[in-house]
Amino acid sequence: MAWVNAIIQGVLTGGLYALFACGLSLMFGVMKVVNLAHGDLAVVAGYVAVGVITVTHIPVLWSFLIVVPLMAVVGYVLQRTILQTALNRSVLTTLMVTFGLSAVIENGLLQFFTANSRAIGTGLALVSDSFKLGSQIQIAYLLVVIFTVAVAVLLGLQYFLSASKYGRLIRAVADDREAAQLCGADYRHVFGIAAAVAFGTVALAGIAYGMYSQLQPTTGTDTILLFAFAAVVIGGLGSLWGTLLGGVVLGVAQQIGAQINISYEVLAGYLVFLAVLVLRPQGLTARRAQS
Amino acid sequence: MSERTDQQALLEVRDLTVHHGQLRALDRVRFAVFPGEVYAIIGANGAGKSTLLRTICGLHRPTEGSILLDGTDVTGLRPERRATRGIVMVPEGRRLFPSLTLDENLQVGATYARRGPWTTDRVYELFPWMRDRRNQRTAQMSGGEQQSVAIGRALVANPRVLLLDELSLGLAPVVVQRIYGMLPQILATGLTVVLVEQDVSQTLRVATHIHCLLEGRSTLEGRPADVTAEQVEAAYFGLQGSNQLWHGSTRSSRAC
Repeated sequence: MAWVNAIIQGVLTGGLYALFACGLSLMFGVMKVVNLAHGDLAVVAGYVAVGVITVTHIPVLWSFLIVVPLMAVVGYVLQRTILQTALNRSVLTTLMVTFGLSAVIENGLLQFFTANSRAIGTGLALVSDSFKLGSQIQIAYLLVVIFTVAVAVLLGLQYFLSASKYGRLIRAVADDREAAQLCGADYRHVFGIAAAVAFGTVALAGIAYGMYSQLQPTTGTDTILLFAFAAVVIGGLGSLWGTLLGGVVLGVAQQIGAQINISYEVLAGYLVFLAVLVLRPQGLTARRAQS
Repeated sequence: MSERTDQQALLEVRDLTVHHGQLRALDRVRFAVFPGEVYAIIGANGAGKSTLLRTICGLHRPTEGSILLDGTDVTGLRPERRATRGIVMVPEGRRLFPSLTLDENLQVGATYARRGPWTTDRVYELFPWMRDRRNQRTAQMSGGEQQSVAIGRALVANPRVLLLDELSLGLAPVVVQRIYGMLPQILATGLTVVLVEQDVSQTLRVATHIHCLLEGRSTLEGRPADVTAEQVEAAYFGLQGSNQLWHGSTRSSRAC
């Protein structure tokens, strides 16, 4: 029964990891930008949510309505300025620039918010309670909510990419930037839209993590970014549903590792990550590369 | 040329010089295209034809010279702004969006379209086979089919000037014939065409004007009826006359 519990917890945690990963995957799939500041931006979104809730006393769930659009705007602006400038030089430059951005954000957070950890206290019964399945399995409503949100986000992204005007343009620009220009599309603007969408999911991920666990200035790189990378690689680059599969596999591996010995939790996740890299480098979903 | 001068040129290229690094790909090329014409740029491999088209649509920046659309200078505009003003290119190698379906390819072309006669439905009328295969990815299609989609994608933008870069590339002669056979139907909607070809005989059949490039320079311009095969040959290969073929590699003996 303990093993069943581990697997259920792992699958649900996988939803959170998918939320971490889908923005990273989108940015890479469209712009070929590996955003090393991805996790830090999620943490920023979490801190902003903490701030917004503290200052305005609005209900916690309302903070999404402020922080997600705000981060989307940040994403658009960041893409049109710093990231586009870096892209104009080379893809490698974007790696350096986002690495620098990550360092700046982390140290900025340390400066302003100290190294103390913060959580987004929800105060909602639905989020803080759990329910029991049988005698040994206890499931937090919050994890179920996060998993549901993750699936909803992926469905939304899929619908957006396949059926909307900008989704179509994003796929076209990812295929062939010059040809899209010949069709009258300003690829910089389309990149900006894609970044806005990706940053929206980053905001969701940051707030969700703030509710699930605690945020520290370094959480962005040592947890969110790494787990996002692992989920993307396990699932397969450029595949949306691959991020959910990758997240779930990572989550289950961690929980099974923890079941064996609590100190194996993180290690087990990375062993699976390594195994996938060696045995199936294209990822589990094995969709052909987008390039 | 004389009977064209009282009209306003739709597209004018003025003393265009383009460099690829150190290499001078185009050297003071100038010409004017008038509404309804099929203006063909011919020349051997590396003569600068594709560079010329890519510069007209904005994918290359000229070192000197300017490009005018209907009397307005568009030299400083990005390719996407030129497309929305009416300079649309069917690029060499077709460059469709492989992960998009046929219909989606056309829809991307129509996203920023000018107002005009061309719609996706009109393209489906021009190429009836497309309707049944609209939800297929273009990567699975034959070269000729892909070329038709590329033309359709450009048409739905309702260009004023349609630039066609090497339509025949990699296609069987019979397919090339069929595609060029569509040209009258396309021209009937009021478009002007500038095309680049290596296949001179094909070009002479469809063009109202030809312009020959040799190593980036203009060597011949005129109506197909007004130039002789010898002149074209000389301009194409860079010989004073075809009898000089055996004097061979004298680079100084360029015509014009």
